[in-house]
Amino acid sequence: MDEKDRILLHLLEENCRTPVSELAVLAEMSEEDVRERIGRLEAAGAIRRYGAVVDWERAGDGNVAAVIELKVSPERDFGYDRIAERIARFPQVRSLRLMTGAYDLQLLVTGPSMHEIARFVSEQIAPMDRIRETATHIIMKTYKENGTTFAGREDVERLPYSF
Amino acid sequence: MSSGSPTPSEVRRVRDFVSKRARAIPPSGIRKFFDIAQTMEDVISLGVGEPDFVTPWCVCEASIYSIEQGSTAYTSNRGTPQLRDAISRYLDTRFGTRYDPETEIIVTCGVSEAADIAIRAVTDPGDEILVAEPCYVSYSPCVTLAGGTPVPVLCRAEDEFRLTADALAESITPKTKALIANFPNNPTGGVMEEADWRGIADLLVDHDLLLISDEVYAELTYDGDHFSPARIPELYERTITLNGFSKAFAMTGWRIGYLCAPAEITSAALKIHQYVALCAPVMGQVAAYEALRNGGAEKDAMVREYRLRRNLFVDGLNKLGLTCHVPKGAFYAFPSVASTGLSDVEFAEGLLREQHVAVVPGSALGPSGAGHVRCAYAVSRDDLKEALSRMAVYLESLK
Repeated sequence: MDEKDRILLHLLEENCRTPVSELAVLAEMSEEDVRERIGRLEAAGAIRRYGAVVDWERAGDGNVAAVIELKVSPERDFGYDRIAERIARFPQVRSLRLMTGAYDLQLLVTGPSMHEIARFVSEQIAPMDRIRETATHIIMKTYKENGTTFAGREDVERLPYSF
Repeated sequence: MSSGSPTPSEVRRVRDFVSKRARAIPPSGIRKFFDIAQTMEDVISLGVGEPDFVTPWCVCEASIYSIEQGSTAYTSNRGTPQLRDAISRYLDTRFGTRYDPETEIIVTCGVSEAADIAIRAVTDPGDEILVAEPCYVSYSPCVTLAGGTPVPVLCRAEDEFRLTADALAESITPKTKALIANFPNNPTGGVMEEADWRGIADLLVDHDLLLISDEVYAELTYDGDHFSPARIPELYERTITLNGFSKAFAMTGWRIGYLCAPAEITSAALKIHQYVALCAPVMGQVAAYEALRNGGAEKDAMVREYRLRRNLFVDGLNKLGLTCHVPKGAFYAFPSVASTGLSDVEFAEGLLREQHVAVVPGSALGPSGAGHVRCAYAVSRDDLKEALSRMAVYLESLK
């Protein structure tokens, strides 16, 4: 990956709907070059998928989200990978990470209600082999997601002209 | 009569107090535009000479903390030792210029003050001070206030707005004392590379001229590295380097700049600085120190963003037929409006009235700016696109 790739990735991360013609102007390269590079980055898995950052609360969807911490006994030969793979398959699990510190796996789970999330954890996750302990934290409010601040700040007024 | 409005004769008498020098300073060339823009709700302003970014949060946070700790007093006239140290190291590593923090650096209230005290420190009545134009509007008035005579040296579109030896040589007379130059340039975005400086270094030396180099846009250099003329050994002793935090770190409101020069010049400038400003604001100095320590990554991100905007905007201008050289520095595009048949002032006024897009007529920034308009691309890419489509509508209406 070179500097041009990096510029393209930043631009796509910021707005994946930017037309190729505009990407070409911004990144100082031909449209053909843009297409070729994006294709390569997709094939290499550097670009996983294209999506939108949604403020579900603002969208009027009452989904509840929770961070769930799991303490897990690792497996010989596989460590945490196999159990993580099984947990990742649940569609309720939006993200899953292995952490250093007081617990091992961190899940971000969404569901239509707190009740649903509690049920999912107690019935699907907690009983799995090798899960030693779970702790569920309901998310009360999101201030920033993927680099985007949700609460709008007022624009500071600038003079229309200054030298 | 102890109160009430002054009678006309009293008004006239008050006007008489104004010095000839102050009266000789021309009013701002954009006052009229300012007034028109104030009446509009949806102006997209490309008329602003400052970043649209908010100062990096680590910088604000450091300054807030220092205020909470009670750091609210005067500092040393020269500026805090930490900040001068940091500036000295920064200039060395970033631009390869060496200035002793003890004797060769003064922290000022923005580069505006630095330019003023530099000019006053070296100008005697009758001296001619060359000003590379088009340029920021304050140099010539400062020269006038110092008793000198400002003499424009024109930088032209065909030279990508560089200062050439020919133009410089034409303007030098036996009374010439100094040259003021600002590269990367406001309003043209032009830069001077090493070879360009070397091309005029001999002239400066042969005529024993001083160089005042305002490098406030140094960090905003997009294709290649900024070159500080003080790096040329024979220029170092005759150069006053001015720089500051406003543009690079989005810190215009903090008012922190600095002046660097050999100790003899700095001592003279310091006398003026201590009587007019005492010291730069301590909150700003704390902030500037933090900017140099931890603001680099955010500065780099802003510079990357300016470059993207430049690419987008200059491409759009050229597609509209407003010919524009690719500016290699600062955050201004300086397209020619010749294809419209309008003067720069007519174009800027029409665009503002018809399409609510504010740009600065180039002639407000020196005679050689005529026929061009200054568009600051220090606004979001969405606003730039909107401005371009409004300009397209305006150009269509002229046909």
